[in-house]
Amino acid sequence: MKNRTIGIRQRQSMTGWAFLTPAVILLVVMNFVPIFQALLMSFQSGRGAQMKWSGIGNYLRMFKDSVFLQSMKNTGLYMVVTVPLMIIIGILLAVLLNDPQLKLKGVYRTCIFLPAAVSLVASAVIFRSLFATDGFVNMVLVRLGILKRGYNFLGHPASAKIVLMIMRVWRWVGYQMLFFLSALQNIDPGVYEAAKIDGATSVQSFFRITLPLLKPMILYTLIMCINSAIQVYDESVNLTGGGPGNSTLAMAHHIYNTSFVNVPNFGYSCAMSMLILVVVGVLTFIQMKAGDTRE
Amino acid sequence: MNKKILPRIAKNAILIVISLFCVFPLFWMIIAATNKSSDVIGGRLVPGTYLMENFKSLTTTYEVLPALINSVKYSVATSLASIVVCSIAGYGFEIYHDKHKDKLFRVLMLTMMVPFTATMIPLYRMYARFNLLNTTIGFILPSVSMIAMIMLFRQNSRAFPMEIIESARIDGDSELGIFFRMYVPSMKPTYAAAMTITFMNAWNNFMWARLIMSDASTQTFPMLVSNMTAGHFVDYGQLMLSVLISTLPTIVVFFALQKSFVAGMTGAVKG
Repeated sequence: MKNRTIGIRQRQSMTGWAFLTPAVILLVVMNFVPIFQALLMSFQSGRGAQMKWSGIGNYLRMFKDSVFLQSMKNTGLYMVVTVPLMIIIGILLAVLLNDPQLKLKGVYRTCIFLPAAVSLVASAVIFRSLFATDGFVNMVLVRLGILKRGYNFLGHPASAKIVLMIMRVWRWVGYQMLFFLSALQNIDPGVYEAAKIDGATSVQSFFRITLPLLKPMILYTLIMCINSAIQVYDESVNLTGGGPGNSTLAMAHHIYNTSFVNVPNFGYSCAMSMLILVVVGVLTFIQMKAGDTRE
Repeated sequence: MNKKILPRIAKNAILIVISLFCVFPLFWMIIAATNKSSDVIGGRLVPGTYLMENFKSLTTTYEVLPALINSVKYSVATSLASIVVCSIAGYGFEIYHDKHKDKLFRVLMLTMMVPFTATMIPLYRMYARFNLLNTTIGFILPSVSMIAMIMLFRQNSRAFPMEIIESARIDGDSELGIFFRMYVPSMKPTYAAAMTITFMNAWNNFMWARLIMSDASTQTFPMLVSNMTAGHFVDYGQLMLSVLISTLPTIVVFFALQKSFVAGMTGAVKG
């Protein structure tokens, strides 16, 4: 037996590997293997066992598929509008709540986080009833004299998109805030005291101290937010059903429909999902590079 | 003094407005659950007397209890499996870290960018082949091992004193024993945070459930809510009650673990 020649260090290292194994196997089987399979399938067409190689046909088709292009535009809009909103409002709220003199801190924090505890399906239903033509929002707007009669918010492309984005920000802003709050609590209050003595205003110390120290957290939340924005699905299904027309259809919703609802086309769906993967990858890479200015 | 009071009022005003904006839809949901459909549509803001009637019509029209039990079962199973697998991995990555493990961790970080839409089709085919469709184990498998969770435990392990481990080793404790007897009890807030996040994610996992739980007897509660809205006639009182029910478990978990949740998030990401 070789066992005796293995030192304590090595044995500990082996224990470490054993601790990692279940998690690593699951990550590989549930992520890397399917991604590789999806890549292969994206170059095939046909159904079930009769998949045939079709070269880059699926990829070419994507750019002629007006529904896909529309869903890409929608998803891009959701991302560009909601991600900065969530992060900026999240940071501002965290800074406000980090004030040691603030009273009722816990109450505010809980209220603002609460939407994150609601299921997405539930929030979609709530917003649908609030923004219905004869729903609560219209009632208030009519009473205030802003509208003459109820406006079908979810029946018009522009307003349906806006409602969807309001709902996303409502649902996630508290979640982001919590991350920033926990990062702020790690900052030594002495740093601010010193800045104050040096005559820095609170605006100056926000930009010179708070923001730079929050950078790793901003990077982390940005990646998470962008990834979740690109994968918007629940809202598109439950709030608007992708409509009116396809004006609010999200990419993930379109992929789901192409794979499992209409005439199933796995190869084409995989090609579209590969595009999502590339977009997420490029955006993450840019952020990592941009955030890595320390070295 | 004036200088100090004005900003404080402004701060509180902003926080109050935003808090109201955040809470109002939930308030609306609760009120609507107690009203009849026509009152919900009419925008009634006072609690009504239709709660019991909505409940009766909801439970007679839909299989509420089985769906609820399914959701609880899937979510509890996912979060328990996830915190065990991810905490032991996070501990392993930090306490036994060396060049190779750090490198492996960086490679695994790539899974954070993998969109679920890209893996769901191959996973679905794999599930069909291995008879995992419509099963609890099938539901939980993709969300047991999450790199974000492993990261949470890895970062928080940094604060765990090495001296304790060393002295336990001298006392002859096994490595697994040290993990379960010393590490786990001292990391309660981290576990609470992980539990809250994984439970909420599993409860809200709509797309995956919709995809693999095609059998009526295996469907989740959010799926049931979603199906309720598909018909031509929607009873809003009944619908809002079901929405309220679908929200209760995640809110309960959040409130039960809130204190530790916030503490556990601290130090989760390198500052």
